[in-house]
Amino acid sequence: MVKVTVDGIVVDVPSGSSALQACEAAGKEIPRFCFHERLSVAGNCRMCLVQVVRAPKPVASCGFPVAEGMEILTDTEIVRKARRAVMEFLLINHPLDCPICDQGGECDLQDQAFGYGADHSRYQEAKRAVKDKYLGPLVKTVMTRCIQCTRCIRFATEIAGVPELGAVSRGENMEVTNYVEKALTSELSGNLIDICPVGALTSKPYAFTARPWELKRTDSIDVSDAVGTNISLHVRGTAVLRAVPRVNDAVNEEWLADKGRFSVDGLKHRRLDRPWVRVHGKLQAVSWQDAFVAIGRRLDGVPGDRIGAIAGDLCDAESMLALKDLMTALGSPNIDCRQDGADYDLSHRAYYTFGTTIAGIEDADALLIVGSIPRQEAPVLNARIRKRFLAAGRGGFPIGLVGAPTADPTYKTELLGEGPEVLAALRDGTHPFAEVLKAAKKPMIIVGHGALTRPDARAILASAWSLAAETGAIGAGWNGFNVLHRTASRVAGLDLGLVPGKGGRSAAGMMSGGVDVLWLLGADEFHTAQIGPQTFVIYQGHHGDAAAARADVILPGASYAEKSGTYVNTEGRVQRSFRAVMPPGDAREDWRILRAFSEVVGHTLPYDTVEVLRERLATVNPVFRVIGGLDAVDVSALPGPTGAGAVSSAPFRPVFDDYYQTDPICRASPTMGECSRIYVHPRTVAAE
Amino acid sequence: MGTLDRTVRSFLLAELVAGMGATLRAFFKPKVTINYPYEKGPLSPRFRGEHALRRYPNGEERCIACKLCEATCPAEAITIESEPRDDGSRRTTRYDIDMTKCIYCGLCEEACPVDAIVEGPNYEFATETREELMYNKDKLLANGDRWESVLARRLELDAPYR
Repeated sequence: MVKVTVDGIVVDVPSGSSALQACEAAGKEIPRFCFHERLSVAGNCRMCLVQVVRAPKPVASCGFPVAEGMEILTDTEIVRKARRAVMEFLLINHPLDCPICDQGGECDLQDQAFGYGADHSRYQEAKRAVKDKYLGPLVKTVMTRCIQCTRCIRFATEIAGVPELGAVSRGENMEVTNYVEKALTSELSGNLIDICPVGALTSKPYAFTARPWELKRTDSIDVSDAVGTNISLHVRGTAVLRAVPRVNDAVNEEWLADKGRFSVDGLKHRRLDRPWVRVHGKLQAVSWQDAFVAIGRRLDGVPGDRIGAIAGDLCDAESMLALKDLMTALGSPNIDCRQDGADYDLSHRAYYTFGTTIAGIEDADALLIVGSIPRQEAPVLNARIRKRFLAAGRGGFPIGLVGAPTADPTYKTELLGEGPEVLAALRDGTHPFAEVLKAAKKPMIIVGHGALTRPDARAILASAWSLAAETGAIGAGWNGFNVLHRTASRVAGLDLGLVPGKGGRSAAGMMSGGVDVLWLLGADEFHTAQIGPQTFVIYQGHHGDAAAARADVILPGASYAEKSGTYVNTEGRVQRSFRAVMPPGDAREDWRILRAFSEVVGHTLPYDTVEVLRERLATVNPVFRVIGGLDAVDVSALPGPTGAGAVSSAPFRPVFDDYYQTDPICRASPTMGECSRIYVHPRTVAAE
Repeated sequence: MGTLDRTVRSFLLAELVAGMGATLRAFFKPKVTINYPYEKGPLSPRFRGEHALRRYPNGEERCIACKLCEATCPAEAITIESEPRDDGSRRTTRYDIDMTKCIYCGLCEEACPVDAIVEGPNYEFATETREELMYNKDKLLANGDRWESVLARRLELDAPYR
């Protein structure tokens, strides 16, 4: 620790800190543009100038290391004058078009010009104009507003791992550009919008829509993947206008994947806003009462084991528990939350969660990815892997990949093979990467759904655990065994036991004629043709997607923005979201629908308020008692998941082809449709 | 004395005479009233009357949907929605003023960076129904077109004091 005096306040900061960090530790606010906590230091905006006693001139505090006994002054006449001068220089080429700029109201330059700028401009000459660049369908550019802080270049290079942005020319003529007219190929490109301190990079779908002071902010959880990114939904009136990330160092730092950020416009399209019942082959709008009566009549006389329920990918824990309780009350063992056919060992939570934790990735020193493409399945988690990869330096974090070779994962990987035979080779030491894992002190293994959605999933899981145990990935104080989930509801579903009971049928079994009445709670990710023609289908959900078209009764539910829900991310971290807007039309919160229906069939569920239901959640599984935190689990004595049977040699397949079209919300979103067209099917775009 | 004096004055109709005298004097003074619908009083260039949305001389609407008027309006009478127009420029799709909420403070006019929303000299816009006082963008632009010459002149006169 180093003792530094800031404006007479003595603070202790770690050696190697910058003067800016010392000032922050002393509670002094230092204006800055180019400096960002999670990016490398550039030191080119010069806004953070402070005075250091006995230094001949003001120093840029972001890049100035502290020394023992240093005295920093942040509020002297010299500092004030220097900042005013820097601000004047920055504004020379800034167009001052705040009224038409989307950043207006949340602009660092605007705020700091208010605090440190002069009241008028002395600059009479012509201003620079810069041609706008095309960065794809998500990020809009107005490059004349750029103040060349290079945050976007550093973000793309360091965090997103797509070095597609750079600067050409120098001095006044410097331009941030992507060299060629091509959309940014990153699943994290939306973060450029947050990171740009001015209005040079703004959101294209949100362009000119609202001002920050009009928006009501509600804390929520992103459900587009299993990372559980903390987001804030910005609402005006009844519409969710945008989603921005909240800072949570344990989960998403301050990043948000593009699907979570830009799919919110899907909440306005293709919504189910009233109950429907199929009469003579045609869906007719009915009242809630009539819909319930129609279901009740159909259920009459159907034995419990001919009724089934499948929970979808975006469900909150509350509605899944209500569904399970309803099925139990109806005497049905047929319930499943795994519509993709995945298989897990549920005997211990460590067998189906991301045990290392997302923050724990930064301690690992070797990684084996089995049947997963983290860049697409969990872009924010992938950024954490890249962060560790960069921090470890050359060769410090070897990464082995078992599965289909993919486009750039944003870090250097060694492709070990495409099928599960590599796991066996790693275990018996015939594969050279086995030595790497053994040599590592904290190796970790990520098993993805490319491996777990196969018939031999249990055997692969057991084999991966054994490999982890043999290479020292599982021991006291370190859990290197990870299952990377793909969907927001899965871990909660497994925690609540939404798997077939004794004699119950799995999702595939229920669909192929195993049940007469099938209740789909937002389950859409399968071909509806799989459902037998005689099956009576009840679809409860928020979007009129494929399954709703097949349904005999449609019950309109609430999307994640319209209900307060509990979600469990891939680490097993329980997080809670709040309601941002009301559900459209007659739609209701999902657990309330199930509770209301249970009364119609005479099995009233014992909860009237969400508080009582959450109490029941905690009774069913105590993990729901801790919100936001994660208890360390000692896994060293666990026997490992059971999984006998042969392992087929078929290669692991990616779990989806189109990152932008994986759930009902993003399939309804025009922005995601545009992204899919441009990024996933570029040939059709080129042909146009 | 007091009683006698009062009695004599009241018999001689002294108050009436004084009153009639005042009336007679006013008879020969210039008139202070005006024949309102046919005659109107002078208006300051700063008079804050009915709103109008102005256009540039080339016919392009001035309003750029910055929403500063909406933000500054103390009565929350203004509602604006906007999106990129086909040519990519920032324009309103909706600009409503609830004239029954408006308190005619003129802050919208002061907030406007492009002199688009102005309060004109017109104060004769009484209507028979409340609904007619919910002004939309078409109505405001029509007001602007009708009053443009006057509005431009007023701004010019007031410019030295801004």
